[in-house]
Amino acid sequence: MSRPVRFNIHPIEANIADAIGNAPSPEGFGGDGFFTARLSEVVGLARKNSLWPLPFATSCCGIEFMGTMGSHYDLARFGSERVGFSPRQCDLLMVMGTIAKKMGPVLRQVYLQMAEPRWVIAVGACASSGGIFDTYSVLQGIDQVIPVDVYVPGCPPRPEAILDGFMKIQELVGQESIRRRNGEQYKALLNGYGIE
Amino acid sequence: MAIDNQFIQKTLTEKFGEMVFNYQDSYGMLSFEAPKEQNLKVLQYLYDEPTLGFQFLTDLCAVNYPDDKGRELAVVYHLHNLQENTRIRFKVFTAIENTDVFTASKLYAAADWMERETFDFYGVNFVGHHNLKRILNVDEMDYFPLRKEYPLEDQTRIDKDDEMFGRG
Repeated sequence: MSRPVRFNIHPIEANIADAIGNAPSPEGFGGDGFFTARLSEVVGLARKNSLWPLPFATSCCGIEFMGTMGSHYDLARFGSERVGFSPRQCDLLMVMGTIAKKMGPVLRQVYLQMAEPRWVIAVGACASSGGIFDTYSVLQGIDQVIPVDVYVPGCPPRPEAILDGFMKIQELVGQESIRRRNGEQYKALLNGYGIE
Repeated sequence: MAIDNQFIQKTLTEKFGEMVFNYQDSYGMLSFEAPKEQNLKVLQYLYDEPTLGFQFLTDLCAVNYPDDKGRELAVVYHLHNLQENTRIRFKVFTAIENTDVFTASKLYAAADWMERETFDFYGVNFVGHHNLKRILNVDEMDYFPLRKEYPLEDQTRIDKDDEMFGRG
């Protein structure tokens, strides 16, 4: 018996309208030539459809991410055409793969170099929890050194799962209040990681 | 002239007598032992003697035998004669309370990092090594992880839920 396939067994027929991406408009009041909406929603709309991911790929999950970046799965559909390799330019840190304890300070440094607002996605079992590497040399989840917004399970996760995690990030980004990063709660979160 | 295990054993016995002992032939590869104070003498002879010519250090590692009192740690040198394509293993044993072993890094440059690795994981103190510090693990580590001193898994840990790993 063949292995059950869980993804793309009923692909949607191609439709020309799908080729044109239209981000859904935020709630608001509009008329001839004007539109009013909450600033945070407009900012969220702009942010979530132009995320610049920073891939921090250390092992096999990184290979899956390369597949996700490729033309078949095409992460660029979500407005993140530009994968940056400088933390100072990026909004989204994608940690893919096993992070050894020795790598922990490096990862933290990369996170600190990113400008606010910044988000973090832990892709795969190792980045999320240490995975099978339940051992002295491996960090048991990157949330021990930096705060994480979305965890993608899998060993490694399929590109669909990475895209799903990415869309969860987009959801978070779109709904985030523009004041969140100045709030007490956020400061307390960062202080919990020893970040000023 | 090809060198075989009998020839190596005979040459070493002629030179060192009882000092080199415990000759074993495992799957065609000769291994033998010497007191740890004599490791450099034996290595130097294996290196210099033209009929032996073990001038390549393939590997250097340690083994922990926690039940063997006074001989808990074995330092194993894997040597290779590249001309004759012959390999041997040379072991010295040391007590875990005093892990001083003379460094081979002056003789074999390859031993430099291998001894650091052996120190890192087993805590063998290579006397005379110029830079004996951790090489692979984090510097803050205050134990030697590959010694057989630790329980296989801490049953009280809470960061991994047994249910998720089918052990619930």
